[in-house]
Amino acid sequence: MAEMVNLTIDNQKLQVPEGTTIFESAKKLNINIPHLCYHENLSIYGACRICTVEIEKHPRLEPSCATLAEEGMNVKTNTLRVRRARKMIVELLLANHPEDCFTCDRSQTCELRKLAYDLGVKELRFEKGRKYHYVEDTSSPSIIRDPNKCIQCSRCIRVCSEIQAVGAIDFVNRGGKTQVLTFFNKGLDNVECTTCGQCILACPTGALRERTIIDDVWNAIADDKKFVVVQTAPAVRAAIGEEFGMPPGALVTGKMAAALRRLGFDKVFDTQFGADLTVVEEAHELIERIKNKGTLPMITSCSPGWIKYVEHFFPECLENVSTCKSPQQMFGTIAKTYYAQKAGVKPENMYVVSIMPCTAKKYEAERPEMRASGFQDVDAVLTTREAARMIKEAGIDFQNLRDEDFDEPLGISTGAAVIFGVTGGVMEAALRTAYEVVTGKTLAKLDFEQVRGMDGIKEAEIDLDGTKLKVAVTNGLANAKVLLEQVKDGKSPYQFIEIMACPGGCLGGGGQPMPTNDEIRKARAASIYLEDKGKSIRKSHENPAIISLYKEFLGKPLSEKAHHLLHTKYTKRSRY
Amino acid sequence: MMKILLKNINKDGYKPDVQSYLKEHGYQALKKALETSPEKVIDEVKKSNLVGRGGAAFPTGLKWELARKASDSPKYVVCNADEGEPGTFKDRLILEKDPHLLIEAMTICGYTIGAETGFIYIRGEYPKAYKFLSEAVKDAERNNYLGKNVLRSTFSFKINLYRGAGAYVCGEETALLDSLEGKKGQSRVKPPFPTFAGYKDKPTVLNNVETFSNVPSIILNGGEWFSKIGSPLSPGTKMYCISGDVNKPGVYELPTNVTLRELIEKYGGGVHGKLKAVLPGGTSSNFLLAKDLDIEMDYPSVQKAGSMLGSGAVIVVNDKHCMVDVAKRCAEFFDYESCGKCSPCREGTKRTREILGNITRGDGELSDLELLKELQEVMYDTSRCGLGQAALNPIRSAIEKFTDEFKEHITQKKCPLGICPMEVT
Repeated sequence: MAEMVNLTIDNQKLQVPEGTTIFESAKKLNINIPHLCYHENLSIYGACRICTVEIEKHPRLEPSCATLAEEGMNVKTNTLRVRRARKMIVELLLANHPEDCFTCDRSQTCELRKLAYDLGVKELRFEKGRKYHYVEDTSSPSIIRDPNKCIQCSRCIRVCSEIQAVGAIDFVNRGGKTQVLTFFNKGLDNVECTTCGQCILACPTGALRERTIIDDVWNAIADDKKFVVVQTAPAVRAAIGEEFGMPPGALVTGKMAAALRRLGFDKVFDTQFGADLTVVEEAHELIERIKNKGTLPMITSCSPGWIKYVEHFFPECLENVSTCKSPQQMFGTIAKTYYAQKAGVKPENMYVVSIMPCTAKKYEAERPEMRASGFQDVDAVLTTREAARMIKEAGIDFQNLRDEDFDEPLGISTGAAVIFGVTGGVMEAALRTAYEVVTGKTLAKLDFEQVRGMDGIKEAEIDLDGTKLKVAVTNGLANAKVLLEQVKDGKSPYQFIEIMACPGGCLGGGGQPMPTNDEIRKARAASIYLEDKGKSIRKSHENPAIISLYKEFLGKPLSEKAHHLLHTKYTKRSRY
Repeated sequence: MMKILLKNINKDGYKPDVQSYLKEHGYQALKKALETSPEKVIDEVKKSNLVGRGGAAFPTGLKWELARKASDSPKYVVCNADEGEPGTFKDRLILEKDPHLLIEAMTICGYTIGAETGFIYIRGEYPKAYKFLSEAVKDAERNNYLGKNVLRSTFSFKINLYRGAGAYVCGEETALLDSLEGKKGQSRVKPPFPTFAGYKDKPTVLNNVETFSNVPSIILNGGEWFSKIGSPLSPGTKMYCISGDVNKPGVYELPTNVTLRELIEKYGGGVHGKLKAVLPGGTSSNFLLAKDLDIEMDYPSVQKAGSMLGSGAVIVVNDKHCMVDVAKRCAEFFDYESCGKCSPCREGTKRTREILGNITRGDGELSDLELLKELQEVMYDTSRCGLGQAALNPIRSAIEKFTDEFKEHITQKKCPLGICPMEVT
């Protein structure tokens, strides 16, 4: 038990465990001290100085995020002196910030803009000055960096190195010329950036954003020759409602399908169909690797940020990664082959759009391997945020839409596919299928509680009717790194590992609504498990559309055709 | 006149080698220290009332005691030889002309706090100091004043040299430590202070060259002896650097009860022209005027007069200088040297430079003066390290003490001395 300390904040007495910051202490009193560089998941940086407070007997103001509560401390968070300081710092930041709020991607979610409003900044007294005209980094297929909007809070740098163990960006230069840059300013696409987009979620301003492809999608919809189908990832339905003022994690599957239909897509399908297909292929791959003494542990391959990470940082582990394409890509291939045939559409006229919680999916779709249909399998990837903007642009009253279903057959999915959106879900889905395939028995309890929850690393031992299977599940690449070091050293105790690049899994992806924080991630996870529970079919291999697909087209799991269309390979990549 | 720091250097034929040093009782203090307990050494340093000469004036004995008592290990001794404050050039003398004095002092400190490793962080622009120190360290090792089993005791101590890369902010102790660790030189959040978590987050004593160099004499002559020299408020001697519009600029070691007037008129050879303003402690201090010259040059007295002694860089400004121009130059320096980590300093120094630049071009507004005052208060209140906290001191004091000169620039668009460009008409 930590020692407790007594302090007073704004005349209210409270007791907190030793080691608690003033910022956290104030939170317990429902005082949310204004801040910019503080982030709940990241180390303390203490540089924006917005969260500054007055402490009795201290000569200067102190940053509440970086100052620990001490016995007898008397803190004031809201004095004239404190407010004047905060306001002036915001004024200083604004003096060096572009004034294009109208057209800025973060217009609605900019923390700097909100702060300026909240703190009552009414005039910009420093507004004469020089503004830098830095060139945007547009090299990445997923992420665009606009250094002009950077306020140097280091949240992107910290999330990239601390949560993701990547470190693709850091500060260069000094003083007013400080910039966040990639190694030798080579651009995000030419360094070890995994395109996960956690930096976008962490950024308080518009300095980081996804590369938008909304216009291309509108143009495709408007093009009579194009047959435009859309797929939506599992994590989108538990988050997109937030963009329309609904509570975090609101489950809006039916409204989403309805809205997409109104946008003009020819067919509204579901990535979960692809997820079910992935489960069947991947479960069989696992069984085969175990039977034939193939490379183990096998590691899941649905998260493209994770794939790029392993290619850059652990190329010696590439054999461990499942050769299965991700659900998005399996869907794209099947849409342009099997479904195109079935619907009588020429594949060259088929335009596949996906809506993903993810920025790395934009990169994944452009990978040269992802053209098994003879064309780029997925034409355009929209983030959850971009999809919401299209719905807003079309003036659709999202909240009041009546639920509609997905179209058949690529809209049919099981509960096992829904949980792909949350950490542990792919593992659980694969286990449901693997158990029944291996044992030939019906699984009594479908919920694998051991692999659920938001812990960084979870492990479990599953009994496949005598065959013991040791598995691990991880989310966030810094956690994955721990498991990969074991794999690299040949010391991994597991046979099967699920890795998701983003904290919480896809529901915490870099393309999700802002804010995405611990509490919101939990709410989205709860909705995803709720949807699984409510599904009539909860095992991928029982999906009737998948069964037909194998019967009519692929033959059996891991067949030659399945290999050609649904599996891929990976490439060793250098760091820079 | 009493000399502690320059006692050897001023002697004819004195060389920066171990033989010269030994002739002047060199390494006797180390020998004496090793024969007594670390606690006794700390006692003597505490009794001396020596305070840090880098500018913050923290009691040296207390610092050493805190590091000795810190439970974590290993411990480190770091010497701040990144002398970069404009107008400061005193540490250089010791580094180049009497390096063994510093080596002996650091070794005593290592013994006292229980450290086996020391670092000297040398200003990048001091190549000669680096060269002489490197030779001196090797010499000391050869003669068993450094290295394994110093003077055949059980105590071992090693000194590593590290050259800075020219950033002013690395003179700030935590930025120095980060730089020493190979990181970008930027200040850390304090607390924890270096005595608890310094180099590699281990207990570290970090002292300035001048501070350390007082220690051998304190050990040899006793703390009480030292405490009676100079001003009782912060005893000892101090190396003052006099520069600017004086006839005899240079480094003068004098007891701390010397007055600013004596310093300028007697030692500095007087002002050429008429004295307009003085910075008593480098560009981070407030300007003093001719009426302030009778203050004693110890830490508390200078502070009482509304400025600070800092590193002891006395910069004299005569009446041929425009104070707006002087303030602008200070602002340019801090804008250039701000590390850029915390927003008030990074953005504040930038805007200050810009505003003062505007005033010198005849493009200022009266409200600018109020804005700069407020900015000084906010930067003092919120900047992360001393650089930002003090950056606007000279500027604000120039505005307050030479208000009419600033106003004339703004309202008349005229520089009375014809120094500022005044392009806007």
